[in-house]
Amino acid sequence: MRYYTYFPGCSCSSEGGAKAYNWSTQAVSKVLDFELVELEDWNCCGSTPSGSVDELGAFCLAARDLALAEKSGFDMVTPCSACYVIFNRTSSYLKQYPKLKAKVDEALAAGDLKYHGTVKARHMLDILTTDIGYDAIKSKVKKNLSGLKVAPYYGCQVVRPGFGFDHPENPQSLDKLITSLGGEPTPFPLKTRCCGGSLIISEEALALELTHKLLDSASSNGAQCLVTVCPLCQTNLDAYQSRVNRKFKTNYKLPVLFFTQLMGIAFGIDGKTLGLNTNIVSPNEVLDRIYNPMSYVTTH
Amino acid sequence: METEVKTDTFVDEICAIPGGEGIRVCIQCGTCTASCPNADLMDHTPSELIAMTRAGMKNEVLSSNAMWYCLSCYMCTVRCPRGIKQTDLMHALEYLSVRSGLVHAKTLTPTMYRLFNHYCSMGNLSELWFMTRFYLQTNPFRAWRMIPVALNMLRRGRLSIKTRKLTPGGSCQLQAILDKAESLGGAK
Repeated sequence: MRYYTYFPGCSCSSEGGAKAYNWSTQAVSKVLDFELVELEDWNCCGSTPSGSVDELGAFCLAARDLALAEKSGFDMVTPCSACYVIFNRTSSYLKQYPKLKAKVDEALAAGDLKYHGTVKARHMLDILTTDIGYDAIKSKVKKNLSGLKVAPYYGCQVVRPGFGFDHPENPQSLDKLITSLGGEPTPFPLKTRCCGGSLIISEEALALELTHKLLDSASSNGAQCLVTVCPLCQTNLDAYQSRVNRKFKTNYKLPVLFFTQLMGIAFGIDGKTLGLNTNIVSPNEVLDRIYNPMSYVTTH
Repeated sequence: METEVKTDTFVDEICAIPGGEGIRVCIQCGTCTASCPNADLMDHTPSELIAMTRAGMKNEVLSSNAMWYCLSCYMCTVRCPRGIKQTDLMHALEYLSVRSGLVHAKTLTPTMYRLFNHYCSMGNLSELWFMTRFYLQTNPFRAWRMIPVALNMLRRGRLSIKTRKLTPGGSCQLQAILDKAESLGGAK
């Protein structure tokens, strides 16, 4: 049995907007037989904005989680791309900048904590494709996704600035994962282009434009749905899709699934467990294509 | 453009920030600018910001709107032929801009980041309260326009009124760490 320290992050926590990502991740882990042990009493990693407001404080937020995670000795896995970058960036900066490390150590000591720098922070996509592997995933497929065209959307931070497991501009892991489920990854030239991130809140117009480009690229390449590996990307593409349609006079109805939701569907897990009812753009047509493929062959 | 008296201290200040030291090796090739999805919205492009920083133009750099358009997509960082951490440099400029009170007046991003950090520092970001407070604080009319998006999310169970809380012990520990960090005065 493989064990990991699990860091859901605020968005994927049970009070967060991407709780379905958490649920589907847990469900998939049970099928693939690995154990996610949630980090006890974790705090928000600070994400990108905190570093711009309070640099040292931001490093300390992440360092507290790393120090807590170090006690178990397992790799720490998170489904969130932002948490993934923050933990890796903090770890590498603490190694690279001794003066910064001394200050972070001093702050941690005020909370009776010490971080020795041994935690390996990893993304859920890395765990599933590297540790578990495509063959093991394929062997658990009960409902082949044959004929389903899926746009693999990586976004930015899972592959950049780059902590190892896939190419920063032309990654393949998610494409291969879709193939191992029987689905067809569509060409998607913008697969690592930005969705607008948190600027969707403060600079909505520019973020909607970026989101629009992504939806346009996915749909013009024939995608019937998108999959994402990041809670924020999913929210921007899914919850703001109606805003994009309004602004650009388009009519996209592209379901945006967490990649673990798509895996769960292929593993035959029920929709409620995967939180499919929390998706804003209904994924019913995707399910229909999988469960009643014949109706699409005859009518389309 | 008004020119300012060149001071070395600004370059030193940037170089002392972890990740900022790269500005010394920039060759002004413009790869960062060409890779940036938002360069067209910036009053100074990412490569210009480095040139201006090296010229000591502190006020102009820190009052620029450029860094506030950074999406943290790290495209510039992975493409820089000199290995400069351009994205981290943008974050450092944001931080210095806030500290020096030179924040570009027209962007709402600093307010958003400040609120975000306020919630993070308590241990957990509550999306509902963070967003509601941001819209009400900056432009209640926008809050009104966001109601359909918010209702959709509420209906699908994606906005919780309840906030996740750390244990009392964890909360105190986090506060003690952050208080100590504040007393140490910055990451330099």
